[in-house]
Amino acid sequence: MRAPRFVSTIWNTKGMARWILLVGVLITAVFLLFALCAPWIAPYDFNQTKVDGVKFPKLASPSGDHWLGTNDQFYDIYSRVVWGARTAVLVVLLSIVLSAIVGVLLGLVSGYVGGWFDRITLFLMDALYSFPSLLLAIVFSFMLRERIGGGIVAAALSLTAIYIPQYYRVVRNTTVAAREATYVEAAKAIGAKPATIMRKYLFGNVVQSVPVIGTLNAADALGTLAALGFLGLGIAPNEASDWGYDLSRALDDVSAGNFAPALWPGLAIILLVTGLTLVGEGLNETLNPALRRRRLQKVTLPPRDTTDPEVVR
Amino acid sequence: MSAASGSLPRYILVRLLLVIPMMWVLLTLVFLLLRVAPGDPVTAAVGDKLGPEELDARRAALGLDRPMIVQYLEYLGDAARFDFGTTISDRRPVLEIIQAQGGATLTLTVGAFLFACLIGIPLGRVAGRRRDTPLDAGIRLFGVVSYAAPVFWVGLMLVGLVVKYVPGWPTFGIADPETIFYVPDKTGILLLDAIIANDRISIVDILQHHVLPCFTLGLLLSGVIIRLVRVNLIRTLGDDYVEAARARGIPERQVIRKHAFRNALVPVITVIGLQFALTLSGAILTERTFNWPGLGDTLVDYITARDYIAIQGLVTFFALAIVVVSLLVDILNALVDPRVRY
Repeated sequence: MRAPRFVSTIWNTKGMARWILLVGVLITAVFLLFALCAPWIAPYDFNQTKVDGVKFPKLASPSGDHWLGTNDQFYDIYSRVVWGARTAVLVVLLSIVLSAIVGVLLGLVSGYVGGWFDRITLFLMDALYSFPSLLLAIVFSFMLRERIGGGIVAAALSLTAIYIPQYYRVVRNTTVAAREATYVEAAKAIGAKPATIMRKYLFGNVVQSVPVIGTLNAADALGTLAALGFLGLGIAPNEASDWGYDLSRALDDVSAGNFAPALWPGLAIILLVTGLTLVGEGLNETLNPALRRRRLQKVTLPPRDTTDPEVVR
Repeated sequence: MSAASGSLPRYILVRLLLVIPMMWVLLTLVFLLLRVAPGDPVTAAVGDKLGPEELDARRAALGLDRPMIVQYLEYLGDAARFDFGTTISDRRPVLEIIQAQGGATLTLTVGAFLFACLIGIPLGRVAGRRRDTPLDAGIRLFGVVSYAAPVFWVGLMLVGLVVKYVPGWPTFGIADPETIFYVPDKTGILLLDAIIANDRISIVDILQHHVLPCFTLGLLLSGVIIRLVRVNLIRTLGDDYVEAARARGIPERQVIRKHAFRNALVPVITVIGLQFALTLSGAILTERTFNWPGLGDTLVDYITARDYIAIQGLVTFFALAIVVVSLLVDILNALVDPRVRY
């Protein structure tokens, strides 16, 4: 029964942390709902420009047919924002899961095996980490678009490499520290193979910080995805709705005084990034014992013995 | 660590020597990413314009027909001599591009840091002083949102507002075409050239063009500064010497101004240097938003043109810049804080 304890740990945390987490989860949940139920929430398809043979108006103001208006490509802005949530969630989820898997595996092996493999991997990861993430994403995206096109998988893969070093670093350092622990020594003594030690003994102890890093990375990945889209290196326009791409199209409209095509996709990005950041910070402050402050709990004491003269005084 | 190893010159020497492996790894990474991956740069860039024989000639001229290891060694050698190659699409030396466009990126980022400090330091100070009040919560929220908001979206919104409420104010480019035409190019930095030429109208024009992009990028960076100043001020406010100053009866305002705040700023100076990566990412996006003729904008142009050599050259230059900046930050850090030296 792990889940109830996990929940009560969060609930019993003192102060803002709980509320930060709650607000973050709420915001994120709304976007997850958008992503899951896009076909039912959005009135039109993401690349639909006409209904019953009648073309949508270009750059229309909000109306009953188009709640947030239409943009310069005759798309319905509200539908684009909702479908964009699906793209964002898919890309970010895929990239974070991939980078966590690669980072944790590399970190475990590198920290446990040690030696030259460890040094070289560490050096490469540090180099990767010191590179500006957007620049790295740009290069990867450029290379991948040449080979496999501009779909959701390509976008996710170009974000993956950026985040591997963070998992690697944390997992490797915990592994190095845990390698000398008594329980690992005991496992070795009873003849466990290195793979078994890593899988059964070390893994559970080193993955605890992964959820926190994961959510914070998700927020960052979303921003980077939007940036790629804005630079024309994200999702190809015919593949899926992309907030960043819509923003890049809105440049001229805003200069002409029409805010709507830029306003809504941008607000969606800000809200989801903020939501994910709050979840990450909240998780960090509630699950990390070093940062957590517990609420005062009601303690039931046994009834006082009023006959005792010491107590009365 | 022995006492002798703690000297400053020795630290700087060790740090300088570390630059070589760092550069080597970064350059190798760039080469692996852009060149070893299959695909032909010449076909990608000009494949639709030239015939097969001309393409072969281009490949031979660029040395792309030789073994990979030879190309790799030559690439390292060239980078060490600051030769970043010649672009395929328009045959410009990359070094010339850096000299021509680097100035615009430089003035953009310096201006952005000025704005970031102007916004971030006072706000961080107030938030730290009035910790856990609604004011503090509001400022922290501003910090989170300024980081969450894509810099290009903020730029777009500001452009829209300026167009609406301040008609006539420049919203794109680094200067009027006329100014660019009249100011003689000496340093590669337009603002500096205008100052050297003592051309007041041009200076005002260039500065006006700087306001919006610098402010946009500055907002992004200010979030980091707010957080830093706030946390540092809170930490120094709890220090013994601040307590001692209070005990001597010095008014709270003066305690903050003279004792806590100044010391809270010291780590900020060095951490700002570490934000170089964020600044570079932000600059690429800001330049794209405001049609700013800097290196980031140029890089994206060459990516659209699928010019591998240009991309490789510019990315190599960025990698070298990162190594140099991190070196400077570490040395500065060691000068300021004696505990850093090994």
